[in-house]
Amino acid sequence: MGLMATNKNAIRKSFLVAATISVALLAGCDSPAPTREGAPATMRRLTQEQYKNIIADVFGPDINIAGRMDPDLRKDGLLQIGATEATFTPGNLEQYDALARGIATEVLAEKRRASFMPCTPASATAVDEACAKEVITEAGRLLFRRPLTAKEAELYVGLATAATEKVGDFYKGLEFGLASLMVSPNFLFQKDMVEADPSVKGAMRLDAYSKASRLSFFLWNSAPDDMLLAAAENGDLNSSEGLDKQAQRMIKSPRLKNGVRGFFADFLQFTLFESLAKDPVIYPKFSQSVSDDAKEQTLRTVTEFLVTDGGDYRDLFTSHKTYLTRALGVVYQVPVPASTDSEWLPYEFPKDDMRGGLLTQLSFTALYAHPGRSSPTLRGKAIREVMLCQAVPIPPVNVDFTSFEADSHEGSPVKTARERLAKHSTDPACAGCHKFVDPMGLALENFDGLGVVRMKENGADIDASGELDGVKFNSPAGLAAAMRNSPRTSACIVKKLFAYGQGANPGKSDEEYLKYLQTKFEQDKYSVPQLMRRIVTSEAFYRVSPSEAPAQANASREPVSTKENKS
Amino acid sequence: MMNRRKVLRGVVGGAAVTVGVPFLDCFLNSNGTALADGAALPVRFGTWTWGCGMTASRWVPNKAGAGYDIPPELKGIEKLKNKVNVFSGFSVKTDGRENKGHVTGQAGIRTGAVPSGASIYDKPTIDLLIGDVMGTDTRFRSLDAAATGNPGHCYSARSTSVISASIPTPMALYERIFGAEFQDPNSGVFKPSPSLMVRTSVLSAIKDQRDDFTKTLGAADKARMEQYYTSIRQLEQQLSLQLEKPAPLKSCSKPGLPEEMPAGTEVNATSFNHKLMAAIMAHALACNQTKVFNMVFSDWTSSLRRKGSAETHHGTTHDEPLDAKANYQLEVSWFAEQCMNNFGVFLETLDSIPEGAGTLLDNTLVFAHSDVQFARAHTLDGIPMMTGGSAGGRMKTGIHTVGNGEVVTRVGLTLQQLMKVPVDKWGTGSMATSKSISEIVA
Repeated sequence: MGLMATNKNAIRKSFLVAATISVALLAGCDSPAPTREGAPATMRRLTQEQYKNIIADVFGPDINIAGRMDPDLRKDGLLQIGATEATFTPGNLEQYDALARGIATEVLAEKRRASFMPCTPASATAVDEACAKEVITEAGRLLFRRPLTAKEAELYVGLATAATEKVGDFYKGLEFGLASLMVSPNFLFQKDMVEADPSVKGAMRLDAYSKASRLSFFLWNSAPDDMLLAAAENGDLNSSEGLDKQAQRMIKSPRLKNGVRGFFADFLQFTLFESLAKDPVIYPKFSQSVSDDAKEQTLRTVTEFLVTDGGDYRDLFTSHKTYLTRALGVVYQVPVPASTDSEWLPYEFPKDDMRGGLLTQLSFTALYAHPGRSSPTLRGKAIREVMLCQAVPIPPVNVDFTSFEADSHEGSPVKTARERLAKHSTDPACAGCHKFVDPMGLALENFDGLGVVRMKENGADIDASGELDGVKFNSPAGLAAAMRNSPRTSACIVKKLFAYGQGANPGKSDEEYLKYLQTKFEQDKYSVPQLMRRIVTSEAFYRVSPSEAPAQANASREPVSTKENKS
Repeated sequence: MMNRRKVLRGVVGGAAVTVGVPFLDCFLNSNGTALADGAALPVRFGTWTWGCGMTASRWVPNKAGAGYDIPPELKGIEKLKNKVNVFSGFSVKTDGRENKGHVTGQAGIRTGAVPSGASIYDKPTIDLLIGDVMGTDTRFRSLDAAATGNPGHCYSARSTSVISASIPTPMALYERIFGAEFQDPNSGVFKPSPSLMVRTSVLSAIKDQRDDFTKTLGAADKARMEQYYTSIRQLEQQLSLQLEKPAPLKSCSKPGLPEEMPAGTEVNATSFNHKLMAAIMAHALACNQTKVFNMVFSDWTSSLRRKGSAETHHGTTHDEPLDAKANYQLEVSWFAEQCMNNFGVFLETLDSIPEGAGTLLDNTLVFAHSDVQFARAHTLDGIPMMTGGSAGGRMKTGIHTVGNGEVVTRVGLTLQQLMKVPVDKWGTGSMATSKSISEIVA
């Protein structure tokens, strides 16, 4: 079957790549992680990216997903936490229904069906229940992330055969069967199913299939593949050896990059790109291509740096290595000898160039600025909230602007953002927050509201001095070094990564576990793939708090044999 | 694939297209107030919203009651002032809760409740309350669109986590309504696709599995699934309606495709897209595709901007000094004028479509409002509100109602009652009211 072949090919390839991280990861046996009480079971709506990744993995990467999806819900800074509250409005469900029908039509199109279908119907114009069942049960297992129950198989095959009878076309009928799988809540929601943990009295854990899903969405930002589902089915996933084996296989897979991309796109709040706009008169170099490429630049830089090169997470703030397209070269003012507009070339900014690290890429400088000017406040706030996991209070609603306004309009003697913001720091209602966020943002004032380097603002020299938690600097590079060396930077990524994985912020009782992860992160030279491995191979990641875990494993599921805790 | 370059004749250039299908007088009864079969002409409800309020000295009419004057910021609605009601001086009461800038006022107006904690919408918004009663027999329960091009600019919500999304471009709005699944009610041919029946049975089957899916869920997740299954039911109903031959509608015609425009918040681009969307929405109403809509002209923290300007409308409200002579913020007032001009365009578009003895606007109630009064201070007293149209004669128009500090929920309650929602009290805490505004009820 085509979809199986795709998965097997991917798996075979996976063993040939990522050698740089595999050696380190295979040697990862040491002290066990502390246990934890666990978080409540969740039911997460698939994010747009997860939906797209699953369709590509199950049906092929060239399937066109034509249509719009409503924006994902973000909560506490993460879509993965928002997903635990998201549902479907009528308008959004209508779009998913249309997407599902479009995908099914494409999958079963005449030119493609042979590579997908595991069987050929006896007649293209009549019902062939056996063949329909083969297709539905195989696709259903991958889409539902577990085998279909007998009742479900009967239902979806019944829909396909009834549709075939109605429209007189086997493939058209099968389209409805496939599409119905993709509108089902079993596909659209990732529902945690829990069971008693036999190794700890009174404790609850995810059942094997939910465990496979949590593992897979965390490492690949997609659904489990055939091998992972098989490991859930035969009980391997409930042994530490089996879990390790799957984790290592998955971390060596090229799909790990999808997982790392998925996390960083969420962590860095790249949904903001969907509404990024710049004034074309003020920033004529900005275009939709620049916006699209800016997002991809950072995700590519991050995944290559962390996964392919096995880099230290903290060095992402100072590394001069990146990837550029022609469109980005225009903004960054460097030649990019790419042969096409879509070609990406590695590029390393000179050591003395002020552009180095994530904060100097357009995905930061342009995203955290106004359509027509830079904003040290927005940039500083993003550093505090997104990258350092600190809370910044919302601004007061009744600020008296009369002391600032004379400096804000055209013709004012005040030329720079620093001078303007200095006024804000004189108002006690504003000063606290501005002092907390502005000093970092002011160090990036050499980048205008798009991210083009400038030395002057309105004819006045830019002073790029600033401070982060007592560390003073006077350039973007100084800020980058301070960020790299701040213990908050690495602590934040640990916390966010864990929250991303479990769909909830860690609680008070998780402090010891987070401390363990932070210590290990340091020992592992701040390797993010290693950190991900630590998380997924610890039973704590699958623990569900008993107080919120009424949902015993679905009784309607097929019984699954398990091999409990071999270790 | 549709030709995205085809121009929507008569929409880009001016008034909406109203011709195209010859209409027989036998469609209507003798006095033009109802369809010939006795069914009343449909009444519609929609909201039209803009961000960052207005300048009270330039927006609030001096004269109360009928025949109000037109201050500078209301020039945009002058042509239709006899069909427009203006509400000034009504207040959002916070009961000690934090004023969350641009969130609190709009939530108070739309839900009757001010946000608590991290929540925005503690109660459903008024468009949904009305849609639940009157929007159940059309292809779409509601249509939501944003001229800013941002799907996140949508203020129709069941709760803080169940917020609809806006259709962000004229082309997407067109395709949603007048794409392949549109059935022209005036077409002599009615051939429902056999796949509609199959799709209905697919949705029905999913619904039937509800217990299997939800039995293991906690209360909060069950509520989320309730929303999912409600959406399934609505989609199913939508398909069922497409299996029935639609009644002919004189005022309905399928518009041409809109010319694709880059989405954006530069005022001219937003206005252009808004005009296209207004025309498509008007056709959707005339063709009875929906009875409820939400049209966002600008977001609450208004991202509108002048071409070449470094500042947004929202930023300007905070940064622009009061003009020494005029004693108001000149640029901020200019933005408010643009918003009101566009509201005028929206109303004129609806009014350009004849329907029954009047126009489509006459059979509609458009509720327009902002989120604050004086944006710099995020004032919750006197947030601007207006209505356009008379809801099929149910509402008196051309009236300026002065609230004198009474709660905004009086307006929302009145509108719901005019739309036949069975409610006699609305609002939370000190916003609760059972007092409607009798002077506008016909």
